[in-house]
Amino acid sequence: MAMLRNDLVLLAVFALVVLAMPLWLGPIGAAYPDLMQKIAIYGIFAIGFNILFGMTGYLSFGHAAFLGVGSYAAVWSFKLLTMSVIPAVIFAVVIAGIFAAAIGFISLRRSGIYFSILTLAFAQMSYNLAYSVLTPITNGETGLQLALDDPRVLDRALSTGGPGIPAPSLFGEQLVGLSGFYFCAVLLILCFFLAMRIDRSPFGMMLKAIKSNQTRMAYTGFNTKPYTLAAFIISGMYAGLAGGLLAATDPLAGAERMQWTASGEVVLMTILGGVGTLVGPVVGAGVIKYFENIFSAFHEAKLHEAFSFMPDGLENFFVAITAPFVGEGWHLTLGIVFMLIVIFLPGGLMEGVRRLRTAFTRKPAAREETGKFAPAE
Amino acid sequence: MSNAVLHVADVHKSFGGLRALSDIDLQVMEGTTHAIIGPNGAGKSTLLNVCIGRIAPDTGAVVFDGQVITGKRPHEINQMGVVRVFQTPEIFPDLTLLQNVMVPAFAKRDGSFRLNALQLTSRQSAIREEAEHWLEDVGLYKQRETLAASLSRGDKRRLELAMGLVQHPRLLLLDEPTAGMSRHDTNATIDLLKKFKERGMTKVIIEHDMHVVFSLADRVTVLAQGRIIADGKPDEVRGNPVVQEAYLGGAH
Ligand SMILES: Nc1ncnc2c1ncn2[C@@H]1O[C@H](COP(=O)(O)OP(=O)(O)OP(=O)(O)O)[C@@H](O)[C@H]1O
Ligand SMILES: [Mg+2]
Repeated sequence: MAMLRNDLVLLAVFALVVLAMPLWLGPIGAAYPDLMQKIAIYGIFAIGFNILFGMTGYLSFGHAAFLGVGSYAAVWSFKLLTMSVIPAVIFAVVIAGIFAAAIGFISLRRSGIYFSILTLAFAQMSYNLAYSVLTPITNGETGLQLALDDPRVLDRALSTGGPGIPAPSLFGEQLVGLSGFYFCAVLLILCFFLAMRIDRSPFGMMLKAIKSNQTRMAYTGFNTKPYTLAAFIISGMYAGLAGGLLAATDPLAGAERMQWTASGEVVLMTILGGVGTLVGPVVGAGVIKYFENIFSAFHEAKLHEAFSFMPDGLENFFVAITAPFVGEGWHLTLGIVFMLIVIFLPGGLMEGVRRLRTAFTRKPAAREETGKFAPAE
Repeated sequence: MSNAVLHVADVHKSFGGLRALSDIDLQVMEGTTHAIIGPNGAGKSTLLNVCIGRIAPDTGAVVFDGQVITGKRPHEINQMGVVRVFQTPEIFPDLTLLQNVMVPAFAKRDGSFRLNALQLTSRQSAIREEAEHWLEDVGLYKQRETLAASLSRGDKRRLELAMGLVQHPRLLLLDEPTAGMSRHDTNATIDLLKKFKERGMTKVIIEHDMHVVFSLADRVTVLAQGRIIADGKPDEVRGNPVVQEAYLGGAH
């Protein structure tokens, strides 16, 4: 039962760090709700992605499709039923789950690169359909938006209509600013807890055995297809939840959310943080969203400010060599960081943390009983 | 009293032009240890592959316990109680030894699929103890928390033996279980397998080591070039000139 206690500590620390984000993100200029809730939402997306990729080894290149489906489902729930986020989020999860069941059922007929290509094809298909045939549902290029004359049957029945388009709400509280972040943060913690339980369950053990040697599983008496399909659906539902939350914090759904770049982004987050670890994907999501928002907002004036303590010549020199890496160039920085990590820390940032801890405690990594099974912390 | 647990009925299998198995008819009696011997490439492993559903025979069928199992999927055959230990060790390299043995124990208890995603593995003490028990029996208990990838070839074989035994198979198919083991470990394995013979487990064992064959087998079938060339009690087969020809004279 020692393991249970370790896990409780891990969960408590995780929850604390997440809820305290407005405090510790302040000094690095990231404590604004919009960025923090993005980190939480993409953290959920990446945790779910890791349940498939990290545990079973199946690399999906189409998970953004479920993110998009979740967003559309949530916006429709706002339009047709109510501005309450609870039904919106439930719809997002359920509908994404149904999509994942169908796409997973077909894609999982193959493994390895063929599986990846199939998922990519499905996602691109969804993306293109959203722009064309499905325009009545997706509103094409404009994206699905709220309108004044939306039915909102539940809200109207309860006659809670005011002037203007209402904002998504939770128990009557509007989800704007920090309350939006805390809503996402609480869901992130719940999702983390669920992923931890799956990781520590016999089901999770079977997923890891499938990753390790799938053919052996069949001769061991397991029907591996339902296992991989269940993992696929669960991770699709996580993505759906993330999509629903994107819509809940900004009630608009566009097809670009399903594009392959978005599918690739969650792969990067997971690898950057640490594939197969519990915390890693969230760290990866945080780092990438931070770069995207902070580095891209840097411009030359800000650089001059940052290097203003130097003599003029030096200042100009430093501004000149750092300028390509910020602003529009943030992708360059991210790319370099990503390459360095994959080359020097194949286990992602979490491996770095583990190595540091080993170096500091100066004893071989304390291999607690679950250590190599799930490099958790 | 003794009836056939396994009946390989008239099986043929060709790979392209190569006749890997021709006209194989073989019965394995309940509670016996049945050895299959023969030179390299004789078709021994192919025969086991047909039995566990890895390879479909061109003609013929395999009957287990009165049921035709040809055409069934590998996991179904395993769930019926036919368990194989492979020639090149097939383990889960990224899991610990303990987990390697717990996984088949779960298959035995929970069947081919169960969505127990909210249970805790740490609470599965019955499965854990059972796995530990078998690791102890094959002499790997001390290393139970190390990753299986780090084992030597002989140790991987012993691990796989534990993975097979933990399922309490009705029929255990062993493909060269002692190859790559030291003499000491080979003898330990023979002793272990003898213990199961006393408990009445039916086994088919492929072996090149005649010491192992004659210590364990009740019956020996000799394969060469995909055909059964001899079949009988160990002593009868040992003296059979055809067999000596196949092993010594035949340059196949
Ligand atoms: N899947 C396959 N595809 C093509 N040929 C195969 C296949 N499996 C086996 N063979 C061929 O069938 C013949 C019998 O192989 P098999 O592995 O059954 O021999 P064996 O008796 O187990 O030999 P060994 O003692 O070396 O293990 C060999 O010539 C082998 O190359
Ligand atoms: Mg062989």
